Amino acid sequence: MEFNFTVTGGDFISAGHASSEVKKVLQKLNVDPKITRRIVVALYEAEVNIVAHAYSGTIKASIDTEKITLVLDDEGPGIPSIEQAMQEGFSTASEKVREMGFGAGMGLPNMSKNADELNITSDVNKGTRVEIITWLNNKAKA
Amino acid sequence: MDKPFFFHALKVNEQTCYGCSHCMNACPTEAIRVWNGLATIDENKCIDCGECQRVCPVNAIYVDEDAFDSIFNFKYRVALFPAVFIGQFPEEVKASQIYSVLHEIGFTHVFEVERAVDILNEAILEYQSKEGLELPVISSFCPAIIRLVQVKFPSLVDNILKLGTPSDIAAQFLKRKLIDQGIPENEIGIFYVTPCAAKIAAIKSPVGEEKSVVDGAINMNSLFNRVYRKIMDGSGKQATEPGSTELFDYEVLWTLTKGESSRVSGRSLAIDGIYNVMEFLEKLENQEIEGLDYIECRACHEGCAGGILSTENRFLVVERLQKRVERNRKKNQFIPSGINKYKDYLLTKLPLGEVVPRSMMMLDVDMAAAMKKMQKAQKIEVQLPGIDCGACGAPSCRALSEDIVKGNATLSHCVFVQKVLMKNGEINMDTAFAIIDKIWGDRKTVKGTLKNNT
Repeated sequence: MEFNFTVTGGDFISAGHASSEVKKVLQKLNVDPKITRRIVVALYEAEVNIVAHAYSGTIKASIDTEKITLVLDDEGPGIPSIEQAMQEGFSTASEKVREMGFGAGMGLPNMSKNADELNITSDVNKGTRVEIITWLNNKAKA
Repeated sequence: MDKPFFFHALKVNEQTCYGCSHCMNACPTEAIRVWNGLATIDENKCIDCGECQRVCPVNAIYVDEDAFDSIFNFKYRVALFPAVFIGQFPEEVKASQIYSVLHEIGFTHVFEVERAVDILNEAILEYQSKEGLELPVISSFCPAIIRLVQVKFPSLVDNILKLGTPSDIAAQFLKRKLIDQGIPENEIGIFYVTPCAAKIAAIKSPVGEEKSVVDGAINMNSLFNRVYRKIMDGSGKQATEPGSTELFDYEVLWTLTKGESSRVSGRSLAIDGIYNVMEFLEKLENQEIEGLDYIECRACHEGCAGGILSTENRFLVVERLQKRVERNRKKNQFIPSGINKYKDYLLTKLPLGEVVPRSMMMLDVDMAAAMKKMQKAQKIEVQLPGIDCGACGAPSCRALSEDIVKGNATLSHCVFVQKVLMKNGEINMDTAFAIIDKIWGDRKTVKGTLKNNT
């Protein structure tokens, strides 16, 4: 099954909409609550990243009985150094965004903690693609 | 599904209910459907919060309580009541009078549960100092909230405080104390005077413990009436029971909003009202809210003062309890209840067992089957008008589409779909009426008897 969402950069009011919707779906599908929580937390981080940093983006959630794959594509500034962005506390968020309680530099590390597989590819000044994969049957990264 | 049956305190009186659907729309877990002209409650979804009872225009939703006379099955009869019970009475009625009348009507021992708060408070602070807790800790005080978390926010069950409530401690204390006085356990009956339905359900089928130490639940509403009548008749005026001078300020206020959250360590919040709690837990589950150590969640606005079995207006009850605190401060008289002698023993009884998730949102236990059902439900939903009118007997178009794929309803339950089917000649008028009658009972379509079910 596939679910698609669009995200608007700078729209903090709607941030979290896709995460909540995906959560409802997973609950209806009787996915283990603990796994659901990890997926939703990772997705929320990724969703907020688009809102905080990019101009616009899309989220595609693909669900089968083996795994949940979330693909987030955005048009935005891109990430010059993914390695650096993965470090806890590293943030390029503006003062304004930080004042709203976002941008503490925990987004990517938290995403990686809650995902079985996290693949990030980025083109500076073009955009970023984040892929979050979660296995449902204990095939987690060993 | 761990248990097939849960005791619920909220029941529908089939003689009085006329299937108006107010409760169906008020239910936070969408547990109610109208069928055969009656509200029917899904036991697996109901959390006993009582929102349905609040909105019922004809009091058809009642609380299944223990009959008052059941206290006489025991030789020693203990009334445990929360401070909000005292708050039901007008200020000119003294607590000593209330205690006295409670004895007069049959209780051998009378105890205000907030006397146990001090011990619980200490245990909570100790609990919070433990390593590796899921934060924020969600208070275990409100039984409707525990059930809400189990049913709707299953990933948060580990956040629930694994300690009992003031009434659990008070009940353990009295039982122990009486046993120590040489009274056989089977002669002791402990009855909790409850301001809500959820507490009754928690006593009959407890979460996190094998069996409740409380033997029965007494409806606070009806007990108030029983006691107040006696007081109006002049009973208990000469009473010398110490009454209200025995509680610390924070003990008096514990069951009210912020009563608990103001006494814990770290950053805490108090959230009251079931819909407010749901909105908050939703965000918490997504980790949209961080840095909180403790949350006090209560299903009722103004905490237990707003319980569905509270007779008096909740704001007046709050005011009375606050005034009581002020009076206590002036008197500065603290009479110990003897509970502290049992503290070590009571602390061993406080920890709760595991709180298991029992998500009731799934379309099927098997994920592949659930996916098929979800796809089917999505196809059905787009055929429905999306106005959530409730005329099908389900609270929303989405709920109907899910009921259909679960085999509990058919597409023709929708009145809009019926019109289309009739237009296309697929069903006739009689069939359409038969469907409506099946949902709303056979009296709603008879001219001149609308709403008149008697």
